[in-house]
Amino acid sequence: MSAGERSLRARVRLPLGIGEVQAWQALGLVAIIALFVFYPLIDRNQGDVSSVADAGYFLLLVFGLNIVVGFAGLLDLGYAAFFAIGAYAYAMVASTQFNLHFNFWPMLILSGCVAALFGVILGFPTLRLRGDYLAIVTLGFGEIVPQVFLNLDKYTGGPNGISNVDQPVLFGYHFGFNPVPYYYLYLVVALISLVLLNNLKHSRLGRAWMAIREDELAATHMGVNPVTTKLLAFAMGASFAGLAGCIYAAKLTLISPDEFNFSVSVTVLSAIVLGGMGSLTGAFIGGLLLAVLNFKVLPQVTNWTHALGAALHNEAVQNLDLHYIIYGLILVLVMLFRPEGLVSTASRRAELHHAQPAASAAAAGVE
Amino acid sequence: MSAPLLAIEGLTKRFGGLTAVKDLTLNVEAGSIASLIGPNGAGKSTVFNVITGIYTPTAGDVKLDGRSIVGFKPHQVAGTGVMRTFQNIRLFAFMTVLENVMVGDQTRMHATPFDSAFRTPRAQKEERAVTERAMELLDYVGLASYAREWARNLPYGMQRRLEIARALAPQPRLLLLDEPAAGANPTEKRDLMGLVRSIRDRGITIVLIEHDMKLVMGISDRVTVLDYGEKISEGDPQTVRHDPRVIEAYLGKGA
Repeated sequence: MSAGERSLRARVRLPLGIGEVQAWQALGLVAIIALFVFYPLIDRNQGDVSSVADAGYFLLLVFGLNIVVGFAGLLDLGYAAFFAIGAYAYAMVASTQFNLHFNFWPMLILSGCVAALFGVILGFPTLRLRGDYLAIVTLGFGEIVPQVFLNLDKYTGGPNGISNVDQPVLFGYHFGFNPVPYYYLYLVVALISLVLLNNLKHSRLGRAWMAIREDELAATHMGVNPVTTKLLAFAMGASFAGLAGCIYAAKLTLISPDEFNFSVSVTVLSAIVLGGMGSLTGAFIGGLLLAVLNFKVLPQVTNWTHALGAALHNEAVQNLDLHYIIYGLILVLVMLFRPEGLVSTASRRAELHHAQPAASAAAAGVE
Repeated sequence: MSAPLLAIEGLTKRFGGLTAVKDLTLNVEAGSIASLIGPNGAGKSTVFNVITGIYTPTAGDVKLDGRSIVGFKPHQVAGTGVMRTFQNIRLFAFMTVLENVMVGDQTRMHATPFDSAFRTPRAQKEERAVTERAMELLDYVGLASYAREWARNLPYGMQRRLEIARALAPQPRLLLLDEPAAGANPTEKRDLMGLVRSIRDRGITIVLIEHDMKLVMGISDRVTVLDYGEKISEGDPQTVRHDPRVIEAYLGKGA
């Protein structure tokens, strides 16, 4: 091993409680963050920046649901409801709807809090449920919430939704329709979220969540209060969706109930499973990958087939929409060949591939 | 004589028409090792489940240090300093060995969710202390070198010891061990006897459910025998060993 190689493998202690990693991992982390920081300066195409900014709300949703599903093991199929609640919480008090114009920044926090409150309201009656039963109840909740917004048209604009949502202003700078400030807002919120989530994961509360996920009965006998632990998972998970909804509404300036349907919940859940359940790196990679696929790459493929069909004067090819066919195929292939997700630990891989657990497998403590 | 640490008074537990435990009275002195034995289905595990709050008794009372703990939820029972292991090992499989023990220390931790999310200095200090205590315990049961391993990767015998370490994490007053020697080979059983004695010497009272008679007779201060939910014999190992009712329960009439 050369001196250079050795220094790349040296342990480096990262700030903010991120933990100890090898030097090359730290360098990689710095490079990735730098890439995200400078991206809008490199790619001057506003459409591209806007797509990547939209990946921001998706990532926040993935982070939030990762607490509920990944950490605490509570299968939630109605997560988009909290996204809707956050978006409406802001849009209703910062638009021409009631001619209220609350400031964006306190509302950002408040939207998270409102969503968290609804997280507790959903969590409370479902405390005794697990697995499939919990999934069905949360599925129902996810269906009810957009219906409520659809039918309360006096307050929510019904099927037309709420338009003219206020855009943020920071120290006199108007965000407007320029995607770049939204991009940086998402980036800052996402980075702070990652640090907080990493703190949580390695804390008293994080261990309580995982203990509940692994074996609820044993966890309660070790002194974990299942009621508060689960409610905190629902509340904290929902608060991320609330934050995301608020920024989403402000960026688009227009929201309607049909944007928060079941497919949003499922796509977010797919990102978590794709990335590797319970892993933060996995949530990040899975979320980013699905966002880029769904917002950028696959719509582009559809454009190509349209262009190809037009050139060939072939109507069938022109009307071909490959978006969800390719998307579905990718999900199926990943689950077939990497059921444990793209980022995973050696042991979960072993279980899902039906291998024998090794008595002294190589240090598996690294995530 | 001081009041017993654990006092079970007239405990009855019925499931529908089945009486799992019938009018059981049992006192466990602080600092002793008490064993609960009996044929399969005698109601031993039910007694543990009533003490730890999974079941509420049909009749009777369970007192810890003179205070009734009937109606406490399992996590509240843990909060009073009663910890347990399970007959079929129940570790947190996809958490590390160290994390398993740290979960055991929940009841002594004070970090709020805010502390946890923001890593306040208070939380960092507590986290360091808990990690250190957990490492000491792992060292004590001989698993220190496996701290970063996933619990599920440990071989069976080590998993049993990890479960004991996890239960010891908050320095409980009372430790309930449910068949800790099940599936152990003779060497492991001898080591286990040493471990149980040394836990007692740390000032922790132990109630043991066990089938291995050599182990039970070797370490118990007092043995209670259950059969069909009823106490049929009680006393020091020598007395119980020669009690005709015990011999009959285990070997049948005419043995």
